Amino acid sequence: MDFSIAALLTQDGITNGAIYALLALALVLVFAVTRVIWVPSGEFVAYGTLTLAGLQLGKPPGTVSLVAGMAIVAGAMEVYDCVRRGEARRIPRQLLLWTGVPLGIAALVWWVAPMGPGLAVQVLLTLAAVTALGPLLYRVAYQPLAEASVLVLLIVSVAVHFSMTGLGLWFFGAEGSRTPAFVSASFSLGSVNVNVQSLLVVGTSVVVIAALYVFFGRTLYGKALRATAVNRIGARLVGISPSFAGALTFTLAAFLCAFCGVLIGPITTIYYDSGFLVSLKGFVGAIIGGLVSYPLAAAGALLVGLLESFSSFWASAFKEVIVFTLIIPVLLWRSLATHHHEEDE
Amino acid sequence: MLVAALALLPVLAPQFWITLGNYIGLYSIVTLGLVLLTGVAGQTSFGQAAFVGLGAYATAWLTTRYGASPWLALVAGLALTSLVALALGFITLRMKGHYLPLATIAWGISLYFLFGNLEFLGGHTGMTGIPSLTLFGLELRDERRYFYLIWAIALAALWATDNLLDSRPGRAIRALKGGLDMAEAFGVDGARLKIVAFVYAALLACVSGWLYAHLQRFVNPTPFGINQGIEYLFMAVVGGAGSVWGAVLGATLITLLKEMLQDVLPRVLGRSGNFEMVVFGVLIVLLLQFAREGLWPWLARVLPRRTPPPVPDAPPLAARPHAATTGPLLQLKAARKQFGGLVAVNDLSFELATGEILGLIGPNGAGKSTTFSLISGALTLSGGDILFRGESIGSKLPYEIARRGIGRTFQHVKLLPQMSVLDNVALGAYLRGTAGIVRAALRLDRADEARTRAEAARALARVGLAAHTFEPAGSLALGQQRIVEIARALAADPSLLLLDEPAAGLRYQEKQALAALLRSLRQDGMTILLVEHDMDFVMGLTDRLVVMDFGEKLAEGKPADVRRDPVVLEAYLGGV
Repeated sequence: MDFSIAALLTQDGITNGAIYALLALALVLVFAVTRVIWVPSGEFVAYGTLTLAGLQLGKPPGTVSLVAGMAIVAGAMEVYDCVRRGEARRIPRQLLLWTGVPLGIAALVWWVAPMGPGLAVQVLLTLAAVTALGPLLYRVAYQPLAEASVLVLLIVSVAVHFSMTGLGLWFFGAEGSRTPAFVSASFSLGSVNVNVQSLLVVGTSVVVIAALYVFFGRTLYGKALRATAVNRIGARLVGISPSFAGALTFTLAAFLCAFCGVLIGPITTIYYDSGFLVSLKGFVGAIIGGLVSYPLAAAGALLVGLLESFSSFWASAFKEVIVFTLIIPVLLWRSLATHHHEEDE
Repeated sequence: MLVAALALLPVLAPQFWITLGNYIGLYSIVTLGLVLLTGVAGQTSFGQAAFVGLGAYATAWLTTRYGASPWLALVAGLALTSLVALALGFITLRMKGHYLPLATIAWGISLYFLFGNLEFLGGHTGMTGIPSLTLFGLELRDERRYFYLIWAIALAALWATDNLLDSRPGRAIRALKGGLDMAEAFGVDGARLKIVAFVYAALLACVSGWLYAHLQRFVNPTPFGINQGIEYLFMAVVGGAGSVWGAVLGATLITLLKEMLQDVLPRVLGRSGNFEMVVFGVLIVLLLQFAREGLWPWLARVLPRRTPPPVPDAPPLAARPHAATTGPLLQLKAARKQFGGLVAVNDLSFELATGEILGLIGPNGAGKSTTFSLISGALTLSGGDILFRGESIGSKLPYEIARRGIGRTFQHVKLLPQMSVLDNVALGAYLRGTAGIVRAALRLDRADEARTRAEAARALARVGLAAHTFEPAGSLALGQQRIVEIARALAADPSLLLLDEPAAGLRYQEKQALAALLRSLRQDGMTILLVEHDMDFVMGLTDRLVVMDFGEKLAEGKPADVRRDPVVLEAYLGGV
């Protein structure tokens, strides 16, 4: 291996690592606030890529019908809850929020898609449609079980993962898609060829992470989510509704995953079932952060990206083995480094 | 009835149902392990399919390449599985938290890719030509015959696991989820038991894999991937992970559901797609929303309840050694605990003689509970030392301290609310029993178990709660639960009894009864250290008092003297 290959692999690794870092952040966020190990995050990534690919063909993707369908179910559940609690006057507001808004987004995508809008508009529509799925999914699948054990929530996650993969095959077909690069330019830096697309991916990831940092540090909603993550009951006592925190978390996380999908589209061919492995790599990053620390999770994800890119050069057949076995030494290190007793739930 | 149905099925049912029955049996064996590991011990594993793969590949490789006997290959597979499970368990299970699920995900995925990429294991195409099993000269080539073998093993595993749960180690395993600190205070080595549960589950999975390999006589990596590992968890959770029958129910239900969906949906929807996955996912979510504990508890409510057998009268368990010591029983020598800059216990020294009741009192935040935790090993010393019978216990873990003859109660009651009062108290006698995992699983522990139960019943009678023996501990009033805690500590037959605010939340009469009980224990030679808030309660009961304030010893002496001590009055009443 000479320097230019190493530089190329590093560049690849950092690009993928940046995407895994976003995913790892989403996973840590969801776990911290709702205790859900969010297995279907990968499907949100795949839906992001494939929705964008569908829009580029000028046809409204199946994501739209899923948003519409779930909006109706979520609305029905809200109405049922309001009636049962005797709060009928809240029905119009809840219906507007849970059914009206997502249906509006679905209709917009449906209407604009055949007009052949520019790439920027396509990206925005993709982000809107896939992000809308997040809170809807929380409302329909997770909120009724919000107090259940981590294990039950995990099983729900896996069940959702199965359903979304199956729907993905139906919506997008078995063929993979790769979206065209946002920019195809590249320039030389000494002997190294730097891809502008890679720079764009890393740059936007950094911007999004910075934005999250500001959101959690400076805004009331961000602080409310942090409070919920630290102490669910305490947050509830000071007036932060757990279902609101959950829905907000899933909105953010879905946005992060959709964003990953848009970024990864030009780099790798994404199939309807590619999401699982992608999210598992984000997961490895999150684990390195112990599912609690954001900076450690991001660093771990970068490490995963680099490791993946270098091991695909040396031993491509064992690429996945190497990446996933990495967890064991990391866990061993954490096992030896931590001595404090944390109480199980 | 179940056995009869299983015996008749291969004779009567068409081939299709035999095949399904075989798979349900194989899955039940794996899921049983998960019931013990995940449902009971509270440790989630995604790696069970990989252990199944280990069993299957071990026998495939040994029998096809080296012509080894399948039975020998089973032993080799079990040995290999134990090694891997021990290593994984040792890394992850010594820590609390969510490390096992994460490690098993990694392990499951890695092993799958390893199977697929290793040439000598046939890569992704797999290995063929695995011989069929021969039992007593009878070749089990026919699926109908194989059915009996699978279900004989499945039922044996069911029987063994059910036995195990209803035994001395079983009670300790049941305490791992939600009661680890409590179990360790009675001598249970929690980390070791978790590893034992993990190895047990892995071995069951390995047996299932061995059976699978000789049933299919072909293996490839697909059925051992992470997806299948997740599916085993599905079976456990859907069936009801808290009960052995939940495993069989879950395995049956998931297998039939998938089969039905694969069969019915293409006909209804008129085109093939992955709709069975979609519907399967939706059904699981719905099912959990309606029955989050799984289906078995829901079904068990309808079924007639078995009334618990009366506690047999049995000879007492061997008493723990109460070696007489010449010096004091317990000695604190400048014991110190710092949390960052805060000194919670500041070089505290006092002694406790055999046979006395010592009260440790002081205002809120004086460091009484911290001192208590230092003695019981729940917190580690920052400095100084604590001696019990002259031996340093300052750096020992709670379960090691318990083994030396110190019993305790908890300030915040720690009972297992679902378990009966009797079982909770019997857990206290953990160190006095001898039954291990194997004896318990094979039901060779009944004599030991009868004595343990009789001992627990006697402890309950002594504290006056015999009427509540079979009620779930969580259904008792808080005051009664505190008394159950004392009964549990008594069942351990300790030399020193540590009581953390035993009178808190008790009514006047209950306090009187408690004081009488403690006096009678003293008459029997028990030494008691009491952390208490309630001055009236301690004044009449204790032989000596140690008064603490701001982490330091303020006064020490007879209750009547301490009561007149101006320093103590100042601390309590702010100067009079």
